[in-house]
Order: sequence, then C-alpha cells, then structure tokens
Amino acid sequence: MIRLAAIAAVTAALLSGCAALESTPAPAPAVRINEDPYPSTYVRYPGVPTVIRHATVFTGDGQQINDGTVVFANGVIQAVGGAALPSPAGALEIDGTGKFVSPGVIDIHSHLGVYPSPGVEANSDGNELTDPIHADVWAEHSVWPQDPGFSRALVNGGVTTLQILPGSGDLMGGRTVVLKNVPGRTVQEMKFPGAPYGLKMACGENPKRVFGSKGKMPQTRMGNMALDRETWVKAVAYKRKWDDYYAHGGKMPDRDLTMDTLKGVLEGKILIQNHCYRADEMANMIDMSKEFGYHITAFHHAVEAYKIADLLRDNNICAVMWADWYGFKMEAYDAIPQNIALVHNAGACAMVHSDDPNGIQRLNQAAAKAMAYGQRAGIPNLSEAVAWEWLSRNPAKALGILDKTGTLTAGKEADVVLWNGDPFSDYSRPERVWIDGAEMYDANDPHKRPVSDFELGQPGEGDVK
Amino acid sequence: MIRAFATALLLTVAMPAAAETIAITNATVGIGDGSAPIPNATVVIRDGRVVAAGQGVAVPAGARVIDASGKWVTPGIVAGFSRLGLTDVSGGAEGANDENAEKGPFNAAIDIAPGINPNYQPVKVNRAEGVTRAIVAPRTAHNIFAGQGAVIDTGADMDPITKARAFQFVELGATGAEDAGGSRPSAYILFRNALREAGELTRFAGPISSSGATEPDARLRPMQNPNESRVYSRSADRSQDVLLTRFDAAALVPVLQGRQPLLVHVERASDILNVLDLAREFPRMKFVIVGATEGWMVADRIAKSGIPVIASALNDLPASFEEIAATQSNVGRMRAAGVNVSIGMINDDESHRDFYERQYAGNLVALQKIPGATGVSWGEALAMITSKPAEAIGLGGQIGRLSPGEHADVVIWSGDPLEVTSAPDQVFIDGVQQPLDDHQSRLLERYRYLPRTDLPKAYRP
Repeated sequence: MIRLAAIAAVTAALLSGCAALESTPAPAPAVRINEDPYPSTYVRYPGVPTVIRHATVFTGDGQQINDGTVVFANGVIQAVGGAALPSPAGALEIDGTGKFVSPGVIDIHSHLGVYPSPGVEANSDGNELTDPIHADVWAEHSVWPQDPGFSRALVNGGVTTLQILPGSGDLMGGRTVVLKNVPGRTVQEMKFPGAPYGLKMACGENPKRVFGSKGKMPQTRMGNMALDRETWVKAVAYKRKWDDYYAHGGKMPDRDLTMDTLKGVLEGKILIQNHCYRADEMANMIDMSKEFGYHITAFHHAVEAYKIADLLRDNNICAVMWADWYGFKMEAYDAIPQNIALVHNAGACAMVHSDDPNGIQRLNQAAAKAMAYGQRAGIPNLSEAVAWEWLSRNPAKALGILDKTGTLTAGKEADVVLWNGDPFSDYSRPERVWIDGAEMYDANDPHKRPVSDFELGQPGEGDVK
Repeated sequence: MIRAFATALLLTVAMPAAAETIAITNATVGIGDGSAPIPNATVVIRDGRVVAAGQGVAVPAGARVIDASGKWVTPGIVAGFSRLGLTDVSGGAEGANDENAEKGPFNAAIDIAPGINPNYQPVKVNRAEGVTRAIVAPRTAHNIFAGQGAVIDTGADMDPITKARAFQFVELGATGAEDAGGSRPSAYILFRNALREAGELTRFAGPISSSGATEPDARLRPMQNPNESRVYSRSADRSQDVLLTRFDAAALVPVLQGRQPLLVHVERASDILNVLDLAREFPRMKFVIVGATEGWMVADRIAKSGIPVIASALNDLPASFEEIAATQSNVGRMRAAGVNVSIGMINDDESHRDFYERQYAGNLVALQKIPGATGVSWGEALAMITSKPAEAIGLGGQIGRLSPGEHADVVIWSGDPLEVTSAPDQVFIDGVQQPLDDHQSRLLERYRYLPRTDLPKAYRP
C-alpha cells in the first residue's frame, strides 16, 4: 500500500514535470562565465609583399630546401618552394644566397616579463608563493611589457612567439600566456590571438621546499600528489555543478577563479604545462591525469624524459628540455645531453626551451648541441632540418597554435627569420626577423631594433646588444 | 684471486695512463696565443709538456702518432672564473657544496683547495667537454672577502690542485655592498680597513718561503707559489682596533705585498673606475677585474691601467642596476681598446657549465658579422678561453698555449672547437690521456634502448 502510494506519487511528479516542460522550458542560465575577459588586442604591423630567394630553407617540419624561395604577403606565408616559385607583383626581393630561412623560433618556456630585467624584488612577479594551489593567478597580469629581455630574444634569438609561465614554487602556479614577440604598451597588445591558455603545474623539489620550509603542506612528494588530487576532486565537482547549471539552469554556482581554470583543463580548453624533472614523477602525473580525466600537453624541464620516452609517446605528451643543463639541483642529477635526441628518436614530441633570458637568445645553438650529441650517440636521421622541429613546430604543437605558426606553410602567419648563415653554427645570427609579415628586426638598420622604455636615457640606449 | 684481478681491472679503467711521447699529426691547430688556426700541423708532447706545435714539426722517433686528419687540436679550455670542483649538486643536496660558509667565522683566510673534489661529476663532465684547467673561486658569505681560490686541473686522478692559494677574491660591486651591510661605501671602508690590518701584520711575517709545502708530484713543482702567510710569530701583537680575525688579516698580507693577485668582482663602469683608483693607491698590489659588464664604457682607462679583465662573454641584459649598459660587444670593445681581456663564468652556473665558454667564444666571433657590433677573431676568442685567463692570474707561459714547455693539456676536437656541434675526441692533461666517461655517459648506455628485457635496467652495465 505504501509502496503503491509511493509509485503514484512519483508518477504524479513525472507527469507534472512533463507538463511543466511542455508549457515553460527551463530558463537558460542567466550567467555564462566569460572565458576571455582580458582579450588580445594584438594587431599585426604592416608589411610588404616579400620574396626571399636562393636561401637554404628549413620549413620547420623536417624539410630542407636548397636554393629555396619563401613568399609572404598580407601577414601570411603565400608559398614555399624551389627557385622556380614566381614573385607577386611589386614584391620586395631579398637575395638569400649563403643565408638560411626558418620559421620564427618559439620558446615554450620563458619568464620574460614576470621575472624581468633588472631582476629586482619590485619586479619579481612570477611566483605567488602564498599557497601551493594558485590556478587563480594569470601570468599575463604580471608580465611587464617593458622587459628589455623581449628585444634580446628577438634580435639575437629570432624568437617570434613565446609562452610566459608562472614559476614553479606552487603545485599549480597559475595560467600561462602566449605572446607574439612584438613590443606593446600593454600585455594585451602582445597576446597571441587564439592561443589557448596553459596551466603551469609543478612536481618535485620546488613546491615541497617552498611550503615544507613554512611548515605547510606539501613537505614531501607524496604531499605534492595528495594536494593535487584533493584539488582535482574539487575541480571535478565544480565542473559538474556548472555543467548542471548550464544544462538545467537554477541557482548559479559560486564562482571560484582557481576552479575556473581547472574546469577549463577538464574541458580540454586549457593545456597542462607541467614542470616535472624525474621519470617516476612524470609517471605519477600521467596516472593522476587519467584519474581525473584531463590530458597533460607537455612536461617541462623533463630531464629524465629519455627514461620514459615510450611512455610519453604512448600518452601523446611532449617533452620540453634543455640541451645540456645538469646538476643544478638534485632532480636534475640524471640529466644527459642526449635527452632530446633520444626522446625524438623514440617517436615522442621533443623540443628545446630556455627558461632563461640568456638561453632564449641561443635556442638555435641549444638545438644544434642536442642534434650533435644525438648524432655522436649514433641516433639516426638527425639532420638540421629535422632538428629544427624542436625549435618551432613542436613548441607550436604543444601550445595549440600549430595551425597558425611553427612551420613555413602557405596560409600560416608569416613568422620568419633570415639568418646570416647556418643557424646550427655559433657564427650565425638573425639578420632579419618578420612577425606576421612585418619586419621587426633588421641587423643592417639601427632603427629596426626595439628599445624598451626602461632603456631610454640610459647608457647603451639603442646600442647593438 | 679473482677479486684481486677485478680490483686491478677497475683501477686500470679508472686511472689514466702515464704521460707518453705523442705526436698528433695532420690537424688544424689553434695555439691559443691569439693566432689563427694552422692547417696540416703537428703537435708533439713529451713527459707531460708541449714540445712543439705547428707546420713542419718533426715526429720524434718512438712517438705514438695520432692521425688527426679532419680534426682540430687546441690547448684545453681554461675556465677563466669558475667554481668547478666545489659542488656536485647546487641545490637541495647538503654536503655537496663547498662554495661558501654561511655560518663560518672566516673570510679572507679561507683556502678553497680542501673543498675540491676531483670525483664530482661536474669535473668529469667538463673534462669530457674539453675543459682541462679551471680558476676556482670561493663565494662570499658575510664579508666582502671570499677567500683564496685555486687553479685546478680536471684530470682523472686525486691530485687536482695545480696551484693552491693562487689568488684572493673580493666583491666590490652590488654583492660587495650587500656583503658589507648594504652599501658600496661600506664595502670600501671594510676593504681599506682589511688592508690596514694586514699592513699591521706585515712586519711580523716570516721569511717568504720559495718552496712552500712539499708536493709529491714533480709535475706540480714549477707552479709552487704557496703564498703561505699564516705562520707568524707568537708575539705578533695586534692593536685592539680590529675587525678581522688574525687568520683573515694574515691572509691579506700576500695580497698587500703583491705576491698574490686580487680578483675583484665589479660590473658597473663607476665601480671599475673605483678599482683603478685603488690600484693607483696600492701600486704593489696585483688587481684583476672580474665581471666588467660595463667595461666598454671605460675601456681606454682599463687599458691604460694594464689591469687584466676576466669578463662575462655575452651579458647583454640590464640584469641589475650595475649592468645597465650591457652589450655582447663589451668584450670586443675592451679588446679593441687594448684591454687584456679573457672570459669567465661569473655567476653563470660556473660550478657546472664551464664548458659553455667555447660556445661563448664562438658567439664573440659571430659578432664580427653584425653591423655596429664588435667581435673578436677566432684566434683571439680561443686565447680568451685558454691562455688569457692563465696570464691574468700569473700562470702565463705555463698553461693555455701549445707552446714549448707548457703543460701538455691538449684536446683533439671532432671539428672547430668554437662550434657547439664539435666535441672532444681525446683529451690530454699533463700529457696523460683522459677517460671521457661520466654519470651522463653511463646513463646514456643504460637507457639507449628502452624495451623491457629479462632483467630490470638496474642490471644493465
């Protein structure tokens, strides 16, 4: 009897529900989270239709074209090929004889702007070390666009795109931002249009040292994992609430900036850029990503990637590496200079990075080292053209912008470097650099060289650097 | 028996062979004295010393001949300013870092020689990268004086010290200001006071020993200059008005007397001029400027002083307020002005990456092609990472050049050593061929192939 009554009640409720649906549909949620509240205001600078001929061309996707031709106009690469390529009417013709052309270098790991020059406390804005979980902070809100380091990366390194990350003192250090290396008054003027956000996570020594020394969790690697997992548990619940709200309306859940970022990760909109040195810790992070249903895009500073290159390949995770840094901390003790070549050879996605305002000026030489170490170790098929993938194609892939830049491919943004010689030689430097087809550097023109506000009126203003 | 054999075998593997007579032929040879590379040249070494290098050099009868066709041969790299051998791991590894003593009572008296461990991986890694000698400085803790540095070799043996107490190191720029409590003027008065206290002790100093401590290894003998100033009469009373311990004051006696070079770290142009002033005030002292990022602004005055400079090669960022005018042309401009300039690794992971010096040298050559920049020639660049730093600290003519009588520190490179794509094929230190394996090369062997086998990777050789 009671049971029947209960069924009747449920049926009534269902009927009334149907009736309600038929008469008045559930109201659309009153509020949707604005996922781009600090939008890019970058606008490419004007360029002229340009043809570079007779150069050795690294396309960025493994190909080398001798006596190659690169054509770009309207900010976009028009054609890449051999000597027979025609020129658009009225194009600027550049003789690249003896010179090399490559895609602009992309540094996926830089702290320019958040740890700028001069490196004083007042400008030290890269690590919000007040809590180990700070997915709420955004690197772009720390970037000082007047960091003179941007210009050095451009003129000496041919760097046209770079990702600025928060530091690694927190387990979740905050959102990254991808920039065009074009000076701006505001960071918005530098933001790479359409580039997804990243979330900087960190394994290992740094978080446990920073917070352990304060008597706070995490103090151990297991503490690192536990706090990460607790946070993901909350993030999954947060996402469920918002999914429900978006689907069914009702009371708007409370906003939480940290959870907003993690929700974006769970939705695949925000890429995980995970500082992680040791092989065993990378494996733990991979399992954690599966436990909570997100994907790790790249492990940064992955000095032990060579030990688990197969695991990285099978999980479609990129490894971001130095050529030859080692021993500067315990978790870098097993760094080997063949790391990049071994990871590449295993079929995983490998790339170089700088993490350093000086190293970013010589990433091409880092790739040259990595290639040469690999060749000497007998790793096959490591040509300069292949090694260039580590400098632009693979970083573009790991930043989610490979459809826009990273290779010299018709239709992509014209981020191009003309080198005065083979960029795998110490004796070569960028001669001209274009970003979106606009010439941002010309070694032969002292006026085609960015000078930051900080340098005005200082000794050495406008000097060759 | 088997065990004894195994031990012997291990020793054979670990210890380098003895010095022998070797002729390296058909090589492109860089002497290290600033001259251009010499094609088709021969280098002869015997008994740990260079006999001859150049074209038309005869191969001695009985010499082991190494055909170096297509290879380059140079002196081993001399790390111009480093902390090599003091550290295995920089951070988070207590017991593996002897660069300074944050809680220790001494400063100038510190002699870093006992801190050198030739078995640390950075020594091996740098050896495999062609660095054969290093000028090793202590780091300051709570005083402007860091202590006495050493010159070491990177050989695979337990005798790394080429010259102990080779120099005193002092910070007189921003770091010195911090060490002195917060300002440069404070650093300068501490400096003057320290020299005053040393001066008080000078009259108690015993006779200067010419032989110094006994060195068992004969090859080290010509380098002895112990700067031993720690033995004083018990009656060496000091005034009550002192800041330094007796040991620290005594350690500055050889500096004051000009027997021990004083390496001074400054970056700012005005700080450099302050050092030039000190050099005029204390004419007996032998100053060497370290850093000098803004040196180009006062290059003519440095040149006139004759003070050598060990500079950072490529600093081009206003990384601090004492490096505002930084440019990669600094070294080239100083060189062009006549400064005796060489390259060091100043606060640039100098405990690990001293081998970057040859990359840096190559980059200085690259500047020759940049309009408005000032680079250096290949020969000058090589000299800046071999003979020039040796000269700066008074070891000119002993290390850093392939010249007759110099230590036979020789590297056979796969190609041009100023290119990062080149690497050492063979390394000789004091004429002894060196092993080039290390932790890194062993890891490479273990992880070269990843597929699972019958036993875990820990069982792989």
